[in-house]
Amino acid sequence: MNEFQDIWTYLSSEPLLWLTATLAAYTIGDALFKASGKRAYVNPVLIAVILLAIALTVTGTSYETYFDGAQFVHFMLGPATVCLAVPFYLNLCLVGKSALPMLAALILGSLTAIVSAVGLAYAFGIRGEVLLSLAPKSVTAPVAMGISESIGGSPTLTAVMVILTGITGAIVCTPLLDALKITDYRARGFAVGITSHGIGTARAFQVNETAGTFAGVGMGANALATAIIVPLVLSFF
Amino acid sequence: MIGHFTVILGFQLLGEILVRSLGAPIPGPVLGMILFLGLLVLRPSFADSVKSTAQGLLTHLSLLFVPAGVGVVGHINTLGSDVGVILLTIIASTILAIVVGAYAFTWTAKLIGQTDE
Repeated sequence: MNEFQDIWTYLSSEPLLWLTATLAAYTIGDALFKASGKRAYVNPVLIAVILLAIALTVTGTSYETYFDGAQFVHFMLGPATVCLAVPFYLNLCLVGKSALPMLAALILGSLTAIVSAVGLAYAFGIRGEVLLSLAPKSVTAPVAMGISESIGGSPTLTAVMVILTGITGAIVCTPLLDALKITDYRARGFAVGITSHGIGTARAFQVNETAGTFAGVGMGANALATAIIVPLVLSFF
Repeated sequence: MIGHFTVILGFQLLGEILVRSLGAPIPGPVLGMILFLGLLVLRPSFADSVKSTAQGLLTHLSLLFVPAGVGVVGHINTLGSDVGVILLTIIASTILAIVVGAYAFTWTAKLIGQTDE
């Protein structure tokens, strides 16, 4: 028993264990996703998150300890965002000639995401900090947290809502857009990118490269649009 | 591969530095992406060689959101008693925004005479 404790003491003080666990949980999630025939509701991120949350609870591990290991994965978000330039470049002609449809979708989609979130929550009786934190939920986390802070919301609460929005979008987008019979992968990707930022973009890349490219463009554009629209919308509430 | 990765990290670094010094309302990596796109346009041969590194990273973009997702589980109780209502709001608002965004795109495309790909 002592020996086991020694090993555990070593493992829980090194990043190796939780880094491995993160990759393992995602591998399981991805395997289930592929086994399901790539169904949107078998979301590999959600599965990995649930598995890891259970593992942390069972072992009594804090998120800080977990993040010491997982930070290496988290760090790669930055370089991956820079890499979005490559599919963007390879589809430059298509992106260029889609400028007008993208602008329309950006303005209306961004506005819908903000107004419907704040409006619905207000109707449900949500007020104050929580209501404000919801406004930038469709934007990539670092920007959303910045917007939230500047309008008097809670950045932490916003981060939670951003991730929930991302996972929701990644799960509903394919069945939803199929039901609406929208077959244009530019429109599908772009709508998911402006609504569900990086997690939606990741889902779009699983489906189709054109969709992924347009989702990436949508995510970047909406970061800027939401920073402008949120203060305007809130001035009406 | 190491060379590609150095260039990619270099653009992220450049983006972070510029965003901070200009106080721009976009994240450093997004500006880094725009600048990197500029390089690819100027040097198309580099796009061919960096393609496999970039696509390798983007294939598993989902994985990179797992640590943040685990963080959400720990904070879900900060939503307090409103958690059900907030979830409902997020789901409804996300569906609405996807529908409006996608239709705005396809209708505008049709209006300017573009058809589906």
